[in-house]
Order: sequence, then C-alpha cells, then structure tokens
Amino acid sequence: MNAKGRVFKYGDNVDTDVIIPARYLNSSDPKELATHCMEDIDKEFVGKVKPGDIIVASKNFGCGSSREHAPIAIKANGVSCVIAETFARIFYRNAINIGLPIMECPEAAQAINAGDEVEINFDTGEIKDNTTGQTFKGQPFPEFMQKIINSEGLLNYIKNRD
Amino acid sequence: MGMTMTQKILAAHAGLESVVAGQLIEADLDLVLGNDITSPVAIKEMDKMGLKEVFNKDKIALVPDHFVPNKDIKSAEHCKCVREFALKNKITNYFEVGKMGIEHALLPEQGLTVAGDVIIGADSHTCTYGALGAFSTGVGSTDMAAGMATGKAWFKVPSAIKFNIVGKLNKWVSGKDVILHIIGMIGVDGALYKSMEFVGEGIKNLSMDDRFTIANMAIEAGAKNGIFPVDELTLAYLKEHTKREFKVFEADADAEYDATYTIDLSQLKPTVAFPHLPENTHTIDEIKEQIKIDQVVIGSCTNGRIDDLRCAAEVLKGKKVADGMRLIVLPATQAIYLQAMEEGLLRTFIEAGGVVSTPTCGPCLGGYMGVLAEGERCVSTTNRNFVGRMGHITSEIYLASPAVAAASAIKGYIAAPEV
Repeated sequence: MNAKGRVFKYGDNVDTDVIIPARYLNSSDPKELATHCMEDIDKEFVGKVKPGDIIVASKNFGCGSSREHAPIAIKANGVSCVIAETFARIFYRNAINIGLPIMECPEAAQAINAGDEVEINFDTGEIKDNTTGQTFKGQPFPEFMQKIINSEGLLNYIKNRD
Repeated sequence: MGMTMTQKILAAHAGLESVVAGQLIEADLDLVLGNDITSPVAIKEMDKMGLKEVFNKDKIALVPDHFVPNKDIKSAEHCKCVREFALKNKITNYFEVGKMGIEHALLPEQGLTVAGDVIIGADSHTCTYGALGAFSTGVGSTDMAAGMATGKAWFKVPSAIKFNIVGKLNKWVSGKDVILHIIGMIGVDGALYKSMEFVGEGIKNLSMDDRFTIANMAIEAGAKNGIFPVDELTLAYLKEHTKREFKVFEADADAEYDATYTIDLSQLKPTVAFPHLPENTHTIDEIKEQIKIDQVVIGSCTNGRIDDLRCAAEVLKGKKVADGMRLIVLPATQAIYLQAMEEGLLRTFIEAGGVVSTPTCGPCLGGYMGVLAEGERCVSTTNRNFVGRMGHITSEIYLASPAVAAASAIKGYIAAPEV
C-alpha cells in the first residue's frame, strides 16, 4: 500500500481541539466535520487539501481530547497519511482503529517542508520526499496493527476474526 | 523482572502470569464508558457492523454530560441516540439528566469504579479512576464500540515513571497545584505512552479529591494512565461508595521505572498554567504583573468535587466578585450539588455574585454555559488551555486550583488567597 501527495506542515502539540473544535462536536457526520478540520490553526487547510495529501507535524500530534472526530475529520478530507515525530497515544489508537495511516519518523518530520511532494510505502516504512530527493525510514506497523489497518478498522478486524 | 502496579493489573486481566513493557495484550474490561459526544459515534459503528448485542449490560456506563441539558437540536439528537441505545440494550448505568453528573466525578461516587479494575472510556479524562488504584484510560469511539461488543480491548503494556510523593501540602495548595507542577516539570508529552505511578509516604496527606484531580490530568502529560496505591483513605472511600468486590495490587519492589521524581508537597506553591499549554506553569509568586480576568470557572471533572467547592467557598465567604467579573460554579454531580446546598456553599457563591450551574462539561470545552468572546481571559479550574478550547481563538485560559480561581474572581486579576 502506498500514499502520495502534497504536504501540509504543522508544529508541536497539535491538539484535537484545533483539529476539530468542540463547537462542531454536536455533529458526528464525517463530511460535516471535514469542513471544519484544522480551522483554528489553519483556516486555508480545508480549501486547499486534495485527496492523497499528507500532514507532517512535530511532537505529540493529536494530544488532548479523545474525540475520534479528529482523525475522522482528517480522513474525510482525503488525507492519505499523517507523519509526526510522535503522536499522542489516544490519537494513535484512534487513527489505527478507523484505518487512517500514520507514521512516526522524527527525521522525516523535521526535514520535509510544507508543499513538498511525498511518497510513502507502508509495507517497508520508506518515506520519499520527491521535491528534495531525500528518503527516510519510518517504523512499519507491528503485524497486529497492520492487520487492523488492512481490515479497514478495528471493528472489521474483530468481526472477521470472530 | 518485577512489574509496576499498572502492569500487574493488566497481566491479571489478560490471564497472564506476567507482562513486560511494549507487549501487546488483550485484556478483559470491568467497565466501558461513553458520553453524549463519543457514544453516538460508537453506537453508529456498532450498527454499521451489525454488532447487535453488548457484552454485559451492567458493565457499560453511558453518561450524557458534555452538552447536557441539551444545548441545541443537534446535541439533543445525540442524547436521544444514546438514550435509545441504553433503553434497547437495558444498560443498567445510564444516567438521565436528573441523575447525571460529570462522568469522572459520577462513576466513583456511584461505586462503579474500584481498585484493581481495567476501565476504558471514550473520554480522555477516564484516567481519573487511577486515584482508586484502578487501571483506567481514555480511548476513542471505535475502541468503545469494540469494548461494548466484546468486553475486551487491546493494549500495548506501558512502562512507567515513578513520582515519589513526600511531605504535606501548605494551606491553599491542593492536588491541582501538584499535577500542574508535575506537568510543568515533565511537559505535555513527558509521560507519552507511559504510566504515571504515584507512591510514597506523602500520599496519605492527599485527600481522595486531591488524588482524583491528580490522576485526572495524567493525560495532560501524555500519559496512558495515572495510578495511586490503595491505602486506608482509598478503602474508606470504597466502603462508603460501593458494594463491588475489589482487588488491591501493589508494584513489585524490583519493578523498573523509566525515571523517578521526588515531589515534596511542602515545597509546592499555588501554580497557574498560562495559555496555551498546561505545561506553561508559573507559581503565583512568579506572576508580577496584574493579569486582568473577565471570567472564572470553578468546576469540571478536574475540580468540581465537594473539597473543591468547600475551598472556593472558604475564599469567597462574605466577599464579592470584582466588578464585571463573571463567576460560574458547576458542582460536578447532583449529589455534590445537594451537599453543597446543604452546607451553604451555593449561598456563598450566589451572594458573592456568582452563578451556580447544573452539572455539565459545557464551558470546559467551549460548548456552552460560559463560552469566551474575542480576547477574553478566564481563570479556570478545568484541565486544558489550548487555543480556542473555551471559545474564541484569541481568548486565553489560565488553569488553576479552586483557591486561586476564587481569589482571582474577587480581585479581578490572577491572585492566590492570602495565607
């Protein structure tokens, strides 16, 4: 499985309140949530993001509230992967559980620039910045998590397993 | 190799003799929790997958508390979805508006969380129940759905940081100052993926409400869970609140920790986290300029318990809030509300010029009941001061204890009560 797209870049501690502000949590419709994604830190994100695009961020991406609406809103915008130095743990779980690919790779998170075209091979963990020509080695998921992602989420995985 | 307290609880619930940090396990759940924001997503997922039954109707708690009493039509639809699911599945622990409270204050009070439990909740502050010696952690809606259907959840066994608590808190210093001090010290990702295990002779000097506050904010340091050992105070609390059987776990003497910190309670001062991260802490004596405040919120799953209200009332008794100050007090549960009423605390708040609200998470996450306008400042006893958390993205939140919040309401700027 691969991903390829343009990069939106953010800093440390992007919390789930800015990914999807609570004032919109009276909805659980992915399409509606998608229209407000990132608006408190980047008003242009929703207008500019295209299917396949990639979010790159620094430390502790997705910290704060456990709202699954956050990875749902990102996924519903067609984002193909989030790369970060580290992820907050609930966001990490939620992303895997809903089948939003994420990858921890501090080197890539630091070197990749906003607007670069980046390609990711999820099987090998290779991240390639086509704009700069640099390549990075991210952590492929452990087999167990790969199974969940390949099943397109935890509930499918459980259902198929049973 | 010895196990931490958290690892021992997880091993017991995974049917294993021992576990090590990093190991992937599947554990049996004693309780699965959801609220009015996260449950509808979980319920829809269960429906979509054709998962028709819950694993155990007594081991699920559904607490509409975020936008309840319903703040608008969409919120009302969410609550209706939760209510209908609860009725259909005969969920024992569904809390309608007159019986509800903020989930993390309500469940321990109702005796639903006990020492030795493994609990997941689709709310990040589920880590609160670590105060009782349980493993409890926040998850998303899909984990909640899987938990409701199967009674199990997958975990990566965490390593731990040890906090050795010594000494005794001074007057007007409380659990909130302890946890803000720790987050200021280790940062908002200082305990990422790890347990925070609190131990030491100073624990006995922390009230249960202080412990709930400390465990509650473990997530603000990125932790998977925060946990306290079970002592006489815990046993007394459990005796008062529950008939459920419980099991006491202790860390092995040779358990390994990634780091150990000593926290001397007697050295701590009232502490305030400045915008826009809980790690931006300043002790009250470091704040030299007068930071003018528009609103003060006292409540939430962090600081809406009876000790918190008593402390705030002690500061506010016979005083008035500053001109133009909006003081909003939210007892965290109906029982706390009633107790505060009987003790005369609500009269104190109202006579001081504050309002008292029904239990709700509303203002903490900018939902309703105290949303901030452009450029406004709030001292809040809640747990997050992120950009836009309580309202407009230019508004500012200063996190503090009930004592500092109450004193700030009187002065009109950030202040601590005089000792």
